[in-house]
Amino acid sequence: MIIQVLGSGCPTCKKLFESTKQAVAELGLKEEVEYITDVQEIVKMGVMSSPVLAIDGKPVIAGFLPDAKKIREVISENIK
Amino acid sequence: MDIFYPLQLLADWLTYNVFSIAPRTLLANAVDFFINDTIKIFLLLVVIIFIVSVIRSFLPPEKIKKILSHKNKFVGNILASLLGIITPFCSCSAIPLFLGFVEAGVPLGVTFSFLVASPMINEVALVLLFGLFGWKIAILYILSGLIISIVSGIIIGELKVENLVEDFSKGGKINTLNLPSLSWKQRFVYARDYTFDIVKRVWLYIIIGIGIGAFIHGYVPADLIARYAGGNNWYSVPLAVLIGIPLYSNVAGVIPLVSVLTEKGVSMGTTLAFMMAVTGLSLPEFLILRKVMKTKLIVIFASIIGIGIILTGYLFNFILK
Repeated sequence: MIIQVLGSGCPTCKKLFESTKQAVAELGLKEEVEYITDVQEIVKMGVMSSPVLAIDGKPVIAGFLPDAKKIREVISENIK
Repeated sequence: MDIFYPLQLLADWLTYNVFSIAPRTLLANAVDFFINDTIKIFLLLVVIIFIVSVIRSFLPPEKIKKILSHKNKFVGNILASLLGIITPFCSCSAIPLFLGFVEAGVPLGVTFSFLVASPMINEVALVLLFGLFGWKIAILYILSGLIISIVSGIIIGELKVENLVEDFSKGGKINTLNLPSLSWKQRFVYARDYTFDIVKRVWLYIIIGIGIGAFIHGYVPADLIARYAGGNNWYSVPLAVLIGIPLYSNVAGVIPLVSVLTEKGVSMGTTLAFMMAVTGLSLPEFLILRKVMKTKLIVIFASIIGIGIILTGYLFNFILK
């Protein structure tokens, strides 16, 4: 599973990156969370808002900073 | 009749009976004003943001992109500005939004109409305008914001400045995202979360803004402010616009303050220009946009909006004497 946070480098994006890393640790997963600031990558996914949380290249959250519970939920739902 | 009349009764009752402050004193005036405005604004915030969020759940930016692609000017500019009203704008999203539009074939001028309207006409500003200035001023604000965004988009389209946009087209294939359609329940959950999120972000600014406003309302004499910022000074409008530029993130705190200044004699045109500058001219947004366009285009963009806002200010100072 590839977990990525994509953002334009704004404060909200950094916060999402931090919360995601924490959520991954709390779920006891070994995955590294990638932080991508190349906006072109967001556009390529077809998403038009930032920040984005993507799992295996698929955007699961876009455009807002969810709470810790929501992040854990979407990660758990997408574990294979 | 004023639909907020019951709130005034509640505020009076709290001030005079519960806190037992002697009526017609400066303190009573300030406290009564503070309670009345705070309750009114928070009620309006919750109701209006909720409704706007439900409407917005039907029109995510990905869908707006499709609506606006290959639209001709005028129709495209008008549509883009109208759609900009209901879309929230965060400088975080400015770049993906801009690139997404350009790559979907939305004309540059139409994209700019959207970029102007989206932050300038936002629901928090509208709630505060409606609650503190009344519906006439709120509508005046929407109409002038629409005209500025439509006209500046058309001008930018006519300037043929496509060469000032950084070339990103080599980036490879772009996926089309198929958004799942939502049930009504999901829309309401989204709207509830969004409303809660906004209120959580702005409540402190609003309370501080209304608090300082209440103090000025109760204690500061009217002619003091009017002497400096009344409609007669030619420089009051451009000055208000300049002061407004760095205040972007604090629109929630700024508007309650400004409403009191208006009551104390600052002219309406100056006030409107100031609020438009606070919402429409955002320094962080301009800095972020440098990643996707040449500085020259940002300067053109900012100058056109700036001039539009200043003209609007003079116009209303002249009309609303």
